[in-house]
Amino acid sequence: MADGRRDPSDRTGGSEPAEDDLEDDGKATKAASALSGRLEVSIAETEKRNGKNAVNMQETFTVYLVETRPTEALAEGRNPAPDSLWRRYSEFEVLRSYLLVTYPAMVVSPLPEKRAEFVWHKLSADNMDPDFVERRRVGLENFLQRVTSHPVLSNDNILYRFLTEEHGWKEAVYETGFQDKADSRLRALSATFRVRNPDKRFVDMKHYSDELQSHTSQLLRARARVADRLYGVYKVHGNYGRVFSEWSVLEKQMGDGLQSAGHHMDAYAASIDDILEEAEHYGDQLKEYLFYAEALRAVCRKHELSQYELEVASQDLVSKKQQREELATGSVRTFSLKGMTSKLFGQEAPEQREARLHLLEEQISEGEEAVKERRAECQVHVYSAWGDVQRFRQQKDRDIREALIGYALMQINMCKKGVQMWSNTKECFLKM
Amino acid sequence: MSAAMDESAVIPHSHAVVPADISGEMLDLEDDDDLEVFSKTTSQAGGSPVLSSMPNSPGSMVNQYQLEEEGGGVNTRDMFITVDNPESHVTAIETFIVYRVLTRTTRGDFDSSEYEVRRRYQDFLWLKGTLEEAHPTLIIHPLPEKFVMKGMVERFNEDFIETRRRALQHFLSKTAEHPLLSHSQQLKVFLTEQELTAHKKQGPSFLSRMGETVRAVANSVRGLKSRPEEFVAMQEYADDFSNKMASLDKITQRIIKEQKEYLDELRQYGPIYTQWADLETELSEPLRGVAGCVDNCGRETEEQIRHLAEVLEPSLHQYVLCADTLKTVLRRRDNIQAEFEAKNDALTSWSSSKKVDHETSSRTMEPPPGSMRTCETRKHKNSREELKEEAACLEESVKNANRALRGDWSRWEGSMKTDLKSALVSTADKNVEYYEKVTDL
Repeated sequence: MADGRRDPSDRTGGSEPAEDDLEDDGKATKAASALSGRLEVSIAETEKRNGKNAVNMQETFTVYLVETRPTEALAEGRNPAPDSLWRRYSEFEVLRSYLLVTYPAMVVSPLPEKRAEFVWHKLSADNMDPDFVERRRVGLENFLQRVTSHPVLSNDNILYRFLTEEHGWKEAVYETGFQDKADSRLRALSATFRVRNPDKRFVDMKHYSDELQSHTSQLLRARARVADRLYGVYKVHGNYGRVFSEWSVLEKQMGDGLQSAGHHMDAYAASIDDILEEAEHYGDQLKEYLFYAEALRAVCRKHELSQYELEVASQDLVSKKQQREELATGSVRTFSLKGMTSKLFGQEAPEQREARLHLLEEQISEGEEAVKERRAECQVHVYSAWGDVQRFRQQKDRDIREALIGYALMQINMCKKGVQMWSNTKECFLKM
Repeated sequence: MSAAMDESAVIPHSHAVVPADISGEMLDLEDDDDLEVFSKTTSQAGGSPVLSSMPNSPGSMVNQYQLEEEGGGVNTRDMFITVDNPESHVTAIETFIVYRVLTRTTRGDFDSSEYEVRRRYQDFLWLKGTLEEAHPTLIIHPLPEKFVMKGMVERFNEDFIETRRRALQHFLSKTAEHPLLSHSQQLKVFLTEQELTAHKKQGPSFLSRMGETVRAVANSVRGLKSRPEEFVAMQEYADDFSNKMASLDKITQRIIKEQKEYLDELRQYGPIYTQWADLETELSEPLRGVAGCVDNCGRETEEQIRHLAEVLEPSLHQYVLCADTLKTVLRRRDNIQAEFEAKNDALTSWSSSKKVDHETSSRTMEPPPGSMRTCETRKHKNSREELKEEAACLEESVKNANRALRGDWSRWEGSMKTDLKSALVSTADKNVEYYEKVTDL
């Protein structure tokens, strides 16, 4: 995950520097020209607003302050004031939807979740909860940074306007007509069709994306349950604190020791809140890849769809050519109703045959054009998509590895605190 | 998922936690408490005992000694007792568990230096009864309870027997440490005689116990004139202490429960990482690493649960029972004092009425039939003497009882402190160990 933590000293903006280890078929140069190379993007603040929503009802929502700064200026040591504008979550959704439709060969970064899921006991499911809003801010910032570092997506004009034009952007994006395409895309993604010769790599990738989705969601669920239980264990220790205190009142010699031990138990019980809040970061990293799996799957499905359309067009062409042949030679190769009726009721008039032949020829040349187009489309898609899938895989390996390491470090930290607390408690007991 | 949290009353701001579902208060008062039928061992006809595999491991015995050594303090121990090797004993009528009691001693008043006998729970009950009868106001270490009808504890399982075995051993050790009790004749008999049945008949009979109870009830009804200040304080302490111990016991049980559930979740969590690792190439290694860590975490948690259940919880539970013993002992002391006061009252009222009689008779100047008068006087004189003697005797009893209790109390306190301290320190140590181990992974 790009460094989304809100750390004022760390405004590097982009996720990976341009000279990163991407594939060397010209991608490196593309990365260098990615938007993030020229513009630093961050989300600095959040605010609550009141307004009317689509169905004209009052609602409260959160807006996020998107800030942009030219990297050149920062490199030169200047610190100009950033340009900024406010965006709400739904606008991000529109942007992403547009990108999905416009670049079907790209694995588009996901947005942070709309509603809090995989919630465990203490964690709030409320969208207005400040912790949730903060995590969302980080997630949205991460989204922007990924998109602006993407070799292809970052060059999109609408994206640029999203970052720089507060008001004109909306009209522009709707003008592209992406909305209709979005609907048909969704339908196509869930349609069932049988494709005969899909590129095996994409079929495998699709299976992989399904598995990835399954594993990450299982992991998230299990993690939430573990957190829940751990919370319980820590909190019950708080009762030790209370009873030790009460008991210390009764005792003469043991009183002091018990009293301090009680305090430590209270602290121990309280410590779990922070520990688990921090651990949510790990959960968010996993969630990003849960949603990424969906995006990956969509790209694979798009391939299958274009391959299918190609096959349909080819098949159509083949059958039309067959018809022409039959008509031209008069022989019936395959059983057809027309063939039978003409045998039974006699041949048709030569003029009609001519007309039909002529029509067929037209259709055939149209069909050939269509097949050419489809084939080209398919090939372009395969080429760009496969490239992006590779990029995605490398990114995923890097990010998840980092996430796991971070998780391990967090656990170690938690244990160190535990050792501390219990050592202190032991000291108190020894003094009893 | 949050259902389990709902049914508990755990609120994150350290309010009362007492969970409603642990029914540890209920006692199932059966008469024959060690009647046990092993579902897993085959019972054989006749008296041949079937071995159940529970040897007392040397390691745990050493630990037991260490714990007690720390508690022993100044005196060098001259008597070491172990209780082990529970076996199922089958007769035509019943089946019960018999334990081996092994005594090693250097004391002169014992003929040999080593004794081995077999005892059942009822025998322990008998011993305790006789000790209580002989020393009503000494604080005697409690025995493990009669079978407790907890929802979770299976009646005949290994854990129950093991817990009981430990508690029985503890009982004997503590009794042997006690400066007065360890020289009791009954204890000696218990430890040395092969057959107890003969001695049992000499012990406190059912009727005499009834008598004690009746007197106790009568005395409690009439009320105590004035309890000395120090014993009032003790009573209050006993009540409060009892509450605290009960709370701590419940809390510990609750922690064990929560830890078990945590462990269950961990066990499901780890394998998911492994499954994912199978899917990946680059990530396979780190994912498996995490899976391994989670597994280790699970193992350590298991260890921690074991320690809580075997060390801390039994200690706390013991002292819950001790608190009850304290209350009982105080009650008995009160009874003795009440008896004394009753006799004293009778004495004073008798002597005042006697005085009145004397005066009236001298005033009438009518000599009643001479012989009868002498007889009556003599009779009255005797009763008075008796009464006075009894009163004096009881007063002595009260003094003794008070003294015994006072002495014993402070001794007990010291013992309690050491025991609980070591249990808690041990728990803390365990937790430190747990975290350190998990860090190492």
